[in-house]
Amino acid sequence: MKGILALHTPLTGALCTSLRSGDRILLNGEIYTARDAAHQRIFEAIDGGCPLPFPLQGAVIFYAGPTPARPGVSMGAIGPTTSGRMDPFTPKLLEMGLKGMIGKGKRSVEVRDAIRRFEGVYFGAMGGIAALMARHVRHAERVAYGDLGPEGIMRLDVVDLPLVVINDGHGGDLYEEAIRRYRQ
Amino acid sequence: MSGIRDIPCSAVTDAVKGLFLEANNALGEDVLAALKQARKIEISELGRHALDQILENAVIAGSTSLPLCQDTGFSVIFLEVGQNVHLVAGDLREAIQDGVRQAYTEGYFRKSVCDPLTRANTTDNLPAVIYTEIVPGDRLKIIAMPKGGGSENMSGTAMLLPTAGYEGVKCYVAEQVQAAGSNACPPMIVGVGIGGTIEQSALLAKKALLRPVGRSNEQDARLRRLEREILYEINKSGIGPQGYGGIVTALAVHAEMMPCHIASLPVSVNIQCHVARHKEIIL
Repeated sequence: MKGILALHTPLTGALCTSLRSGDRILLNGEIYTARDAAHQRIFEAIDGGCPLPFPLQGAVIFYAGPTPARPGVSMGAIGPTTSGRMDPFTPKLLEMGLKGMIGKGKRSVEVRDAIRRFEGVYFGAMGGIAALMARHVRHAERVAYGDLGPEGIMRLDVVDLPLVVINDGHGGDLYEEAIRRYRQ
Repeated sequence: MSGIRDIPCSAVTDAVKGLFLEANNALGEDVLAALKQARKIEISELGRHALDQILENAVIAGSTSLPLCQDTGFSVIFLEVGQNVHLVAGDLREAIQDGVRQAYTEGYFRKSVCDPLTRANTTDNLPAVIYTEIVPGDRLKIIAMPKGGGSENMSGTAMLLPTAGYEGVKCYVAEQVQAAGSNACPPMIVGVGIGGTIEQSALLAKKALLRPVGRSNEQDARLRRLEREILYEINKSGIGPQGYGGIVTALAVHAEMMPCHIASLPVSVNIQCHVARHKEIIL
């Protein structure tokens, strides 16, 4: 295992292809939350030729719906939801410029192919450490779909958000490699 | 038998509220002990790192009043009502829902309940799911369980062939857990319900999750063996903490059983992530 890499958004294809499954990452900069309902809305906007809630070029999406923030702070507890539910939407978004996704759990063959083809990366965030994760969010602001409650889109300014590369641009898959290595 | 005992519904509201506030912020000692033991034995570096972060998160949640997980769950409540309890001054179901509403508002918890078809959020985490059992005595036991959606999604029920037997049950559970893999936030706790009717097997599996982590079935030696053997199979899979590889994919397997129809062998698996939250009180 290499050392821990610090990255800054927006991401580029060259940066993504330099990453390998299993790399530990500290992510910095602006990222956007979006989960099931927000993905559906983004697709309605794409289909209708409407403006998107945030620029996709080089963007990173965090599949997350945080708890409401207490007064005086900008972030509640935050962590990943299961990424596979967003699989049907992801190849198109990667084609349109999305570079990174943060979530937990396996991705479809189609998503893994699209990560390779469009030079993206899928990061794993740990599930169930949402109080710790909140400390890595410096600022949070709702940018779209407020009516969706916890499923609305927020822009987060993150500092050293701890992640692991699951799927890289070379076909690497940490989950599969882990099983091959540790299965008895 | 003692006489009838009055319990005001407002006491139920306060108890339910307190239980959900506590459950979402603090892991039980049993869960913490199991996680610390897992940290000691895990052989993979990323797996140990994951367990370190889980343990650190519990400390941070305790000191900040932030929930342990952003998924503060669907609110599941188990009531054991003594038959000599008389609930007064209110409506029991309303009292429970009020307690949930207050906890999720005042605790700044996520409201994670929605219309199944329109997906419109109900905005107060209601309705709760309430299971009521009438038992002897004049006490009221309330168990609160915020249940996360990720691990619930990876749960399942199978109506096996009656001839599938012990090995069939073992295979189904191990396969279900391995298919869940990283999606269910391992290391997990696996609740298994065998027998009964379709819904009863699922309820047995969920109730099995209420046991202290790693306490084996006290009624049936066959289930104790089944729990050990399934845990061994799961932890050979290599999935490890968070799916990052290793030997601790599950912390425990808890199995419960009851007789079933001669034509049936229902088996349910209810998966619980490592944020295993449940708190109880006796009024």
